Amino acid sequence: MYEHDLLIIGAGLAGLRAAVEGVRGGADVAVVTKVHPVRSHSNAAQGGINAPLTDRGDDWESHALDTIKGSDYLADQDAVEIMSREAGEAVIELEHMGVIFSRDDEGRLGTRRFGGQKVARTFFVGAITGSALLHVLYEQAIKYGLRVYEEWFVTSLIEEDGVVRGAVALDLRTGELHTIRAKAVIIAAGGAGRVFEPSTNAIICTGDGLALAWRAGAPMMDMEMVQYHPTTLARTGILMSEAARGEGAYLLNKQGDRFMETYAPEYLELASRDVVSRSEQTEINEGRGIDGNVLLDLRHLGRSFIEERLGYLQEVAVEFLGMDLANDPVPIRPGMHYIMGGIKTDVNGRTEAPGLYAAGECANVSVHGANRLGANSLLDTVVFGRRAARHALEYIKSVNGTSRDESQLEADKARLQALLDRPQGIRSAALRREMAEAMTEGIGVFRDQASMERAETAVRRARDQFANVSVQDKGKTFNMDLMFALELDYVIDCAEAICAGALARKESRGAHYRTDITQRDDENWLKHTLVYKTDEGLRVDTSPVAITKWEPVKRVY
Amino acid sequence: MQANLKVKRYNPDEPQPRVRYQEYSLDVLESFTVLDALIQVRDEVDGTLALRCSCRASICGSCGMRVNGRAKLACKTRIAELAPNGEQLTIEPMGNHPVIKDLVVDIDTFFNQIRRVDPFIQPDSTPTQGEFIASSESMTNLLGVMNCIMCGACVSDCTVLEVDDKFIGPAALAKAYRFVDDPRDDRSSERLKKLNDEHGGIWDCTRCFQCVEVCPKDVAPMDRIMEMRDMAIEAGNRNTPGYRHTESFIRSVRRHGRLDETRLAVDSIGWTNVPGLLREAPVAMKAFTKGKLPPLFPHKAEGNSAIREIVEKAEGGSK
Ligand SMILES: Cc1cc2nc3c(=O)[nH]c(=O)nc-3n(C[C@H](O)[C@H](O)[C@H](O)COP(=O)(O)OP(=O)(O)OC[C@H]3O[C@@H](n4cnc5c(N)ncnc54)[C@H](O)[C@@H]3O)c2cc1C
Ligand code: SF4
Ligand code: SF4
Ligand code: FES
Repeated sequence: MYEHDLLIIGAGLAGLRAAVEGVRGGADVAVVTKVHPVRSHSNAAQGGINAPLTDRGDDWESHALDTIKGSDYLADQDAVEIMSREAGEAVIELEHMGVIFSRDDEGRLGTRRFGGQKVARTFFVGAITGSALLHVLYEQAIKYGLRVYEEWFVTSLIEEDGVVRGAVALDLRTGELHTIRAKAVIIAAGGAGRVFEPSTNAIICTGDGLALAWRAGAPMMDMEMVQYHPTTLARTGILMSEAARGEGAYLLNKQGDRFMETYAPEYLELASRDVVSRSEQTEINEGRGIDGNVLLDLRHLGRSFIEERLGYLQEVAVEFLGMDLANDPVPIRPGMHYIMGGIKTDVNGRTEAPGLYAAGECANVSVHGANRLGANSLLDTVVFGRRAARHALEYIKSVNGTSRDESQLEADKARLQALLDRPQGIRSAALRREMAEAMTEGIGVFRDQASMERAETAVRRARDQFANVSVQDKGKTFNMDLMFALELDYVIDCAEAICAGALARKESRGAHYRTDITQRDDENWLKHTLVYKTDEGLRVDTSPVAITKWEPVKRVY
Repeated sequence: MQANLKVKRYNPDEPQPRVRYQEYSLDVLESFTVLDALIQVRDEVDGTLALRCSCRASICGSCGMRVNGRAKLACKTRIAELAPNGEQLTIEPMGNHPVIKDLVVDIDTFFNQIRRVDPFIQPDSTPTQGEFIASSESMTNLLGVMNCIMCGACVSDCTVLEVDDKFIGPAALAKAYRFVDDPRDDRSSERLKKLNDEHGGIWDCTRCFQCVEVCPKDVAPMDRIMEMRDMAIEAGNRNTPGYRHTESFIRSVRRHGRLDETRLAVDSIGWTNVPGLLREAPVAMKAFTKGKLPPLFPHKAEGNSAIREIVEKAEGGSK
């Protein structure tokens, strides 16, 4: 049994940023993470982090408007305002912590352009921005002597009288389950890309945090908003960062035309991601692709520029395609990348479950609405990770003692034992793949009622079949097979919420593009979809969008 | 195409744990990496196989392991390149890390080495407004070390760590360089002094080049260590193992036309420093049992006088 003031689930950027804030605030903070902190998926972010710095002639309102327009007016404008206003401070603070941001000729922070924005306000470290940020936050964790439960997998939240009071976690190294009690819990457990196949997301992105909060009664919001990134490699789904286009790369079709001239005459390749992905898919569907791909062309940027500013992309092209960006255009296509939806929180990270906060990719504040701008997600993690911790520090002052209840631990022991005891059955990997491929097919760049229903049927089948999943490994030490089965349970939860949200929204907005209802419908659907898990099954609800300054208008890029 | 893997297995949960090798034959795509193949084994053939992996894109640092005896990232190693005709690939856990299960190793030692170099920036003060001003070149120069994903490959194959577990190791020393050379850090000279004086610091690398060769991210730890040696001497760390080492090195080459490693070791520690010499004895013993101890009496290299001339010229040139 372990005990802390504040327990943070997840050691990615959101989790570590929250933890640093908690420790600086004098609280007893612990982080629990299923992989070593520097293995967290934040390290995959390549392109950069947005911030409107006023001393560079930029202003928060212009960033806010770009974000809101990008979101197809589904983002809550009060939340966006907070993010845009706090962005500059958050990025400077990261620099002070030691991030080696690229510089301009005067030695000040340099920028590159990113999609959906007219101004260059994306700060970056080569093409390894996420990794550089994550490693620096981990350095800070070492500096402050942060307590980290490394390679511990959270199996449940502990609730007492409807209030969250800690978590139960499996120590992967020993195979033992433990109770970690806390006065407040922040979930920062990252995304759920594994609901889809293929995806740019890592194998660990299984939506655990979303499912944990959902089971504790907090709703998932706007889960139908799934971002397909315009430039991913076929088969593996590995990402070629938007930084490529930000630095001037072209998108070409089979005839060698820059087809974005037709779809987004002003922003061209740097229109918002939903727009570019749809354009690519249209080219491919209408026969102007090459084996289901279009081309990303960097040749005109020149070798030395590519190697200095986009080195990691060159590495990926060489290693995974055997191609050289300075000589060859590379085949790319839209690929599942990010879920704008997440656990509903307020601007202080509070969920609807008392004692429970959420931040980062698993949360939905909502600042991304129906389509996230590139480089706004890293910003989201640090701004709202910090805010969640600040609020939690206040909250724990009002909490007396921690729970003594061990019933959740006993329940989890029984649940895991039942999985281990099942002698034979379906392998979780096969079941996940089947469902995830159906999700990509049904809830893709384009979708309609019938395709979404097919996806829902596949998810329901997966839920039924999950009862027959068995694990081959019966041991204690590093039983990955057992962990995969537990993760699949979370993945299916997320898929259920995505299907429910998608079928509920009877319009096209941002990433949710229905070929059977192609118009945005502000009169009826300028709303968030909420999906609750209840004992009677799923319950779908809606809530209003906060509009402060910017009345919704038609989006043109 | 066909992939044939021979995987080293070890399960501590068995009543009598023992190491064994298991062979797997698979049908794979031309584009498959070693990691893709191992995942296929785990998902479809043998759910008990333990390995770490996550990003599949050589950025998270989880999947370090030995392939045919060299440390590699499994997700960055294409089968078609190493075994185009279905040759057997031997997959083993990384070296210099205790094995927990199958390909999963204990990474605590690795991160303890990192902790030893105080791996966080220590400026005397931060600007009250805006960022630190730092030249673009200085930041670009650090990009090389920031590329490190802490995969452990260099530590796995470091020949000094094999015999001396006090050595800070290539990854942690590369990390140290990241702060020593950061214009925003105000502890550079303290850092250098510590790295210079400490047992296991910058002078204990034997320049075997392994870390440079196996690093999947071109961090080149050895080159950073050499740069820090120069910086340490320049910063005035003279009466130290390091400086004496260099002196002795030059003396040895001048006299014998080659490196007298035995004398070098003793010179570096100092002839009168008995505790220091005793401390090195176990290292020498381990090196001896591994066949790595240099000869006690150096032979003169052929062309000795020519080498001496080069040394003299070089010394003259630098005066
Ligand atoms: C390839 C790629 C490129 C990207 N590029 C950019 C970019 O350039 N700019 C940008 O702004 N955004 C980018 N993004 C998005 C951005 O990287 C992520 O949204 C963000 O980093 C998520 O951070 P996080 O802290 O919320 O979660 P993560 O970094 O995913 O961390 C999740 C943490 O939760 C832990 N965890 C999960 N489940 C459990 C459990 N059951 N028990 C214990 N611990 C658990 C994990 O161990 C991990 O530590 C990119 C995303 C991808 C996939
Ligand atoms: S060069 Fe030095 S640090 Fe690198 S592997 Fe050899 S001994 Fe170790
Ligand atoms: S220096 Fe290279 S080999 Fe060593 S840990 Fe870093 S990335 Fe891996
Ligand atoms: S799986 Fe991430 S580095 Fe190989």
